[in-house]
Amino acid sequence: MSILRCDDVTMSYEGVNVFEHLSFKLEKGDYLCILGENGSGKSTLMKGLLGLIKPTGGKIVYSDDMSQNEIGYLPQQSAVQRDFPASVYEVVLSGTLNSRGLKPFFGKKEKALANKNLERLSITHLKKRCYRELSGGQQQRVLLARALCATKSLLLLDEPVTGLDPLVSAEFYELIKDLNKNDNITVIMVTHDVRESIAHATHILHLENKTCFFSTVKDYVKSSVSNQFLGT
Amino acid sequence: MNYSISDMLSFTFMQRALIVGIPVALCAALLGVSLILKRYSMIGDGLSHVGFGALALAAAMNLAPLKVAIPVVVVSAFLLLRISENSKINGDGAIAIVSSSALAVGIVVTSVTGGLNTDLYSYLFGSILALSKEDVVLSLVLCFVVLFVYIFFYNKIFSVTFDESFSLATGTNAKAYNMVIALLTALTVVLGMQIMGTLLISSLIIFPGLTAMRVFKSYKAVVISAAVQSVVCVAAGLFVSFYAETATGATVVCINLACFIVFAAIGFFRTIGFSKK
Repeated sequence: MSILRCDDVTMSYEGVNVFEHLSFKLEKGDYLCILGENGSGKSTLMKGLLGLIKPTGGKIVYSDDMSQNEIGYLPQQSAVQRDFPASVYEVVLSGTLNSRGLKPFFGKKEKALANKNLERLSITHLKKRCYRELSGGQQQRVLLARALCATKSLLLLDEPVTGLDPLVSAEFYELIKDLNKNDNITVIMVTHDVRESIAHATHILHLENKTCFFSTVKDYVKSSVSNQFLGT
Repeated sequence: MNYSISDMLSFTFMQRALIVGIPVALCAALLGVSLILKRYSMIGDGLSHVGFGALALAAAMNLAPLKVAIPVVVVSAFLLLRISENSKINGDGAIAIVSSSALAVGIVVTSVTGGLNTDLYSYLFGSILALSKEDVVLSLVLCFVVLFVYIFFYNKIFSVTFDESFSLATGTNAKAYNMVIALLTALTVVLGMQIMGTLLISSLIIFPGLTAMRVFKSYKAVVISAAVQSVVCVAAGLFVSFYAETATGATVVCINLACFIVFAAIGFFRTIGFSKK
């Protein structure tokens, strides 16, 4: 049973098609990296997967036991967040909101979930710290913990290591790989980092000039598309 | 003047000013925190100018001022929010155009119909003498509505303020909550205009939140501190203006400014202390 299926999807941005006829499916536990140059439609596809914009053609279908509310999303950081006065705990706890419906306040279940995810990403010691005073890598961990509060099965990450130094990036990739392997969480990541993608992902989706190239990592490495990108 | 505090509190206009001022200050501070963080600070300012235009029209047509101002300002709040969200138009510029136009229309209308009368003057600079019994009741009811809605949606408002794309992605209707914030702001602005005046009401929204952010580091602490401090400043402003015979709105703003300077200094010395360790 595939967790996500794209059937002949065409998406457009301001009336212009950014990519056409995209078809692929992901099984539970897959790790997909979406590659492509700026403007190739990576962010548009991301918005499509999140249900924020509708495809102009084709269908994006999630499996029946997944609902829109169960996607864990790690967006690119915005300027607003960098000086936002909020404690780490408040940020992580807000990830559980989607399961609350109209109920106004958090219960024991949500607090336990937030604490569990703080523990899982080893940031429990930062719980009371102010979000804006953390380092870039710590902030990403906090946002990842929040995303994990929102999902049990699917993580969407939008260029998660932008602005992090190489060491912290490597740590972050390990963390994602760990969640993917040990907790069987499906990962979809938009990234510029071809080498890391090949090292960790199971599948690659390469967007370029309105065409889409979807394959397993093995086939991707052999293909001509990757050769241009890797410069080999 | 040799009035004791109990003398002062026996004046009807002081009672009314406190009864309206305190809940309005509370609402303004709560909403202000969200507005500042969402970079919507100028919306409050724009709305108050629209409010002035609406009041001028109401006075010219002999209608009850608040009954005209409330719907007009609520509608403008939605429009301003739309403009700010739409990145194609420069939000700042658009708000400046709307607010100065509304002010201009208001002034033109009043000069055609016989110049600034005391009512309009008091709306421009605020006056606690202008509060009628009806205003008091209406203000109290609306403030309770604002407070109730804010507390009920507190966690959602936090999520939408902190990260709109995340809340959208996980199925929270961020646009609707932005609308709720705009609607509540519009109501607060119209009610606060009576005491603070069109030109000064936006400070009631912006000051407490900004001041609290100098020192406090969690969202909840910022919200609570802003609320407490806003109420204290308004009450202090009313008392000081009574004894010193100064304009109420301006006095409240000056006390807020003093608070801000103190908090900023505390925040500054704290960071220096941290870096020494």
